[in-house]
Amino acid sequence: MAYSEKVVDHYEHPRNVGTLDKSSPEVGTGLVGAPECGDVMRLQIKVNPETQVIEDAKFKTFGCGSAIASSSLATEWVKGKTVSEALTISNTDIVKELSLPPVKIHCSVLAEDAIRAAIGDWKTKNGVGSEAAAAVAVG
Amino acid sequence: MAETTGMNITQSKRPLPEGVKLPIYMDNHATTPLDPRVLEAMMPYFTHIFGNAASRNHSFGWEAEQGVEKAREQIARLIGATAKEIVFTSGATESTNLAIKGVAEMYRERGNHIITQVTEHKATLDTCKRLEKSGFRVTFLPVMADGLIDLEDLKRAMDDQTILVSIMYANNEIGVIQPIPEIGKLCHEKGVLFHCDAVQAVGKIPVNVLSDNIDLMSISGHKIYGPKGVGALYVRRRNPRVQLAEQINGGGHERGMRSGTLNVPGIVGMGKACEICMEEMESEAKRDKELRDHLMNRLVSTLDYVRVNGNMEHHLPGNLNISFIYVEGESLLMGINDVAVSSGSACTSATLEPSYVLKALGLGDDVAHSSIRFGIGRFNTRAEVDFVADKIIDVVQKLRELSPLYEMVKEGIDLTKIEWAAH
Repeated sequence: MAYSEKVVDHYEHPRNVGTLDKSSPEVGTGLVGAPECGDVMRLQIKVNPETQVIEDAKFKTFGCGSAIASSSLATEWVKGKTVSEALTISNTDIVKELSLPPVKIHCSVLAEDAIRAAIGDWKTKNGVGSEAAAAVAVG
Repeated sequence: MAETTGMNITQSKRPLPEGVKLPIYMDNHATTPLDPRVLEAMMPYFTHIFGNAASRNHSFGWEAEQGVEKAREQIARLIGATAKEIVFTSGATESTNLAIKGVAEMYRERGNHIITQVTEHKATLDTCKRLEKSGFRVTFLPVMADGLIDLEDLKRAMDDQTILVSIMYANNEIGVIQPIPEIGKLCHEKGVLFHCDAVQAVGKIPVNVLSDNIDLMSISGHKIYGPKGVGALYVRRRNPRVQLAEQINGGGHERGMRSGTLNVPGIVGMGKACEICMEEMESEAKRDKELRDHLMNRLVSTLDYVRVNGNMEHHLPGNLNISFIYVEGESLLMGINDVAVSSGSACTSATLEPSYVLKALGLGDDVAHSSIRFGIGRFNTRAEVDFVADKIIDVVQKLRELSPLYEMVKEGIDLTKIEWAAH
């Protein structure tokens, strides 16, 4: 059970732990995983309505060290990105950055899912998804 | 908004208490350190007493044989057997294989049914599953929520085809002690042989093959502060006389039941380990239990959402299996990386399945994932126990600050009502 240095670093000093007000229209919340699988991640983003830049991100994770590290890293990476830039983050980037072994790849998948779920929630709240769909329909 | 800044999970500002050296070993169900007195007894058998115990015509062989026979006596005395009833093996897994397969093969004409239970060690479960493939019928009894089997279930499972019951003395994960004398009595009333995996019990609590009505019993050297790579099988010689089909051929050692040159230093060490247990078991059990209770009380009185697993009345003195709900076990182990314990979470295994023993008690997978097994033993000190308790409390509290589940429960959200996306 040897963890990479980066996993240990994120585990020992998790970045951006906390909770954002999930009722705020600027906040998107993604809750993924399941307790019986041993992993639950909650990732929240606060998006600037003008620029669509993710100004803040917070997480809480129930899971192994790799799951904690994956979600901690995800909050670091989404901060400062626009919503569409954040959607380009893939689980393979996380695997690479944290040197996750094959048995821990699901942790990175979960972190990617958490980013997408948080953005999805924000889009639903702000009607962004339907606007885009409408644009396509018109075009 | 809850924010945790400058969070630091593993490092503590507390200085190391006097008498505590890191890392701390508290996983004595997995294996135990070798007692220095055992090593001392073994040393000559690595050097000048190197003979083959089966060499009958020179002093080198005789000396080795003397060492082996003394060990046989020491082991027999600890469990209320006679020396001739002890068969040496490479370890308890081999003992269990020999007992179950040996009986199955020898008594096949009398019946093809074997009874065991779901929280047995894999040595028993996998051996029984193998026999199922060759036409045996195996009943895997359930356990109750406290980890004990229901004797009524056992009675009901027995039929005229039953030849063997295999039930462990004490469980390696949750430490519960099964009602062995009653199980043995039931078996003897029905003329069924009784094998008992007593690896975790022998040397820790009084075990007596006569009053416990045991016919075959697996024992290990390295769980009782002896060496690894040596074990024994007790095979009853009277009332009834048990016969076994040998599983390893070649040379007819151990009265034909287990061929192969004997591991003389290992056997001598196991004998010495049994002798020490015989002398010190009573005081040691008392001490281990006090330390265990101290650890348990500190954890339970300080932390919320904690569940102690297994019947605590019928329990090994040094065992504590405890679930820190809303904290995942592997992350907890990572936070206490200078303390060696085991987790009920199997997050690293290919299946991601948590402990089958905890699940058999009816624990949900989420709780099983949150479980830690402590195994307190001969060389643990009270200072170590206090250090471990402090550390666990610290890390559990920090990880709960990180746990979305803990936060949700604290807010009054019912987690069972949430539609989780199982992955």
